[in-house]
Amino acid sequence: MSEQSTGAQVTGAQSLIKSLEAAGAENVFGIPGGAILPAYDPLMDSTIRHILVRHEQGAGHAAQGYAAATGKVGVCMATSGPGATNLVTPIADAHMDSVPMVAITGQVGASMIGTDAFQEADIRGITMPITKHNFLVTDPADIPRTVAEAFYIASTGRPGPVLVDVAKSALQSMTSFRWPTELNLPGYRPVTKPHSKQIREAARLILESRRPVLYVGGGTIRARASRELRVLAELTGMPVVTTLMARGAFPDSHPQHLGMPGMHGTVAAVAGLQRSDLIISLGARFDDRVTGNLDSFAPGAKVIHADIDPAEIGKNRVADVPIVGDCREVISDLIVALKAEADAGTTGDYEAWVEFLSGVKQRYPLGYDEPPAGALAPQHVIQRLGAIAGPEAIYTSGVGQHQMWAAHFVGYEHPNTWINSGGLGTMGFSVPAAMGAKVGCPHKVVWSIDGDGCFQMTNQELATCAINDIPIKVAIINNESLGMVRQWQTLFYNERYSNTDLHTGPERRIPDFVKLAEAYGCVGLACESPADVDATINKAMEINDVPVVVDFRVHRDAMVWPMVAAGTSNDDIKYARDLAPRFDEDDL
Amino acid sequence: MSKHTLSVLVENKPGVLARIAGLFSRRGFNIDSLAVGPTEHDEVSRMTIVVNVEESPLEQVTKQLNKLIEVIKIVELDGPASVTRELLLVKVRADAETRGQVLDAVALFKARVVDVATDAVTIEITGNADKLASFLRLVEPFGIRELVQSGMVAIGRGSRSISERTLRPVSIPAPPAATG
Repeated sequence: MSEQSTGAQVTGAQSLIKSLEAAGAENVFGIPGGAILPAYDPLMDSTIRHILVRHEQGAGHAAQGYAAATGKVGVCMATSGPGATNLVTPIADAHMDSVPMVAITGQVGASMIGTDAFQEADIRGITMPITKHNFLVTDPADIPRTVAEAFYIASTGRPGPVLVDVAKSALQSMTSFRWPTELNLPGYRPVTKPHSKQIREAARLILESRRPVLYVGGGTIRARASRELRVLAELTGMPVVTTLMARGAFPDSHPQHLGMPGMHGTVAAVAGLQRSDLIISLGARFDDRVTGNLDSFAPGAKVIHADIDPAEIGKNRVADVPIVGDCREVISDLIVALKAEADAGTTGDYEAWVEFLSGVKQRYPLGYDEPPAGALAPQHVIQRLGAIAGPEAIYTSGVGQHQMWAAHFVGYEHPNTWINSGGLGTMGFSVPAAMGAKVGCPHKVVWSIDGDGCFQMTNQELATCAINDIPIKVAIINNESLGMVRQWQTLFYNERYSNTDLHTGPERRIPDFVKLAEAYGCVGLACESPADVDATINKAMEINDVPVVVDFRVHRDAMVWPMVAAGTSNDDIKYARDLAPRFDEDDL
Repeated sequence: MSKHTLSVLVENKPGVLARIAGLFSRRGFNIDSLAVGPTEHDEVSRMTIVVNVEESPLEQVTKQLNKLIEVIKIVELDGPASVTRELLLVKVRADAETRGQVLDAVALFKARVVDVATDAVTIEITGNADKLASFLRLVEPFGIRELVQSGMVAIGRGSRSISERTLRPVSIPAPPAATG
């Protein structure tokens, strides 16, 4: 690769591919088209593996799944106009969930920009509010520096998506390739090292508090801070909650773990936040799905808010101790400070609090109502899947009931093993994300836990998986409905089921998921009886040469509990329908 | 609600204004006035943005602006420690009978007449918002035919420059080219 820095004459397209190689891209998900076509020619001779997807949305979610599983930057590529606009959903998704991703799009030739040319869309304008940054390149000489900046911006600070839109004329012109030796980004200086004064102040609050809780968000996973988090938790004995984006950051089996907080959180995790006197927020953002009604969220709690993005601090909840920094560095510094205090004989006294919460955890464990005799409970399927595939596997999910059950019932022990669309809530995320995760981690078992609604939004990527030897496993939790919407209709719309029946049940079975899987060159399995669950999962686990799709035909009235109704206070959490848990102040 | 004047140094690149305007509209912040222009450094533009918000949304505005890669620095300029100016061009009805009175007002305010027609004069006046408002009140009875006003520009008093320390380019080493 010595010619990389010699400035040899190449086309802009060659420069783009060389730049992607230089930036470390190993896998690119994409679809060619007119404007990006020049780039696909040198791609044939590149070390980069390009995976031809069936829809650009699949390319974007695959890049996200790849990034979330490996921690590396995910790359997707599309042509101008509709190719680029099809990337909008995954880009917005990556923006909400801080996924490091670079999207390369072709643009019409520079002289055509602004003329409403064929397949022209102002993708830079369209993606401004949903990217961390974006570029339009019309001069081929700018390609290497722009790609280098895009990867740098995507992967540092708070990670996020960066779009590079390259005019076809730039791809076709001759230029010299020079990988930059330095980047000039005067306005981009993410702070990673926390301020020592803030760390001391945080340590003081932690020692003074009687009811602290570690509120762990997805930033902990992006910062690769799980090991440090465990040290901090065990050093202090503080209870831990992990948000939807942070499942796996702290082992589910750990006795200090209260589970997931929020709208569908465990009673213990919700109570842990509500009744705390100190919330130590680590890479979390006080999302409305966690806080419920903000005014009544954790009313007695002081807040230590650590985040690499200063704009998250104080956005929804005032922080008593703001700490700007990388989560791993923040936690490491807190450990040092608290260890020094412990060596000097000062430790926190959380005994009554821990006892109270373990009581809540015991009284209100994760559970579900038994389904009607002979029917299959979706929670049971997911629980068995987690038990059989184990914590080393990677699980992706779509959005809705199956997502909440997958978050609760799989049982996560490691970071980067739970990949879902938390912020944007994109139905259809699961299958392509699983594909990306499997490409990134070919030796791991990757299960896509999906709903019958979600699956129908992106299942065309099964073709990509089958053809490119990406043997993912898909568990369709088929309740014949848009289940979460149906649950709301049950609870809040008088059981009027407007437009939520998908007819994937026994009377119509459109589509027949088993046949659909077979049509795509995958193995299709079906399971409708509780007695067959383990055998079906085991069978799917034995097939490793082609993708497997299992149609788990579950009973459609299962609901996600616990639940805090939208806009209400976390204090009004229901453990099951019409069953409010009791965790009074007197118990403390 | 109260008015705050933000001086924002940005990289002089295409699309920066769209980014900033988009951010304000997306996050639901109102811009009272916005002025953009070059600075003493070719590669840097300066925006003066007047926003009407409470203290805590102001902090959020500033933080969100700072997240934009092309935003280099934001300084809030407060009233007494800064000089603010707006430019107003106004076409006032003035015939032979009233022209004298209009010109008196122009003189009193140290404004300038930049164009004269038989039944109107066009006046240029600069100053802070209060001065321009007072002037308009004075000439309004004669009849205002057309009015155009710039956004506010502002600069801190004293000898220091908000750009002197921040504009040294901070270079980030590019990741080494991957081999293989």
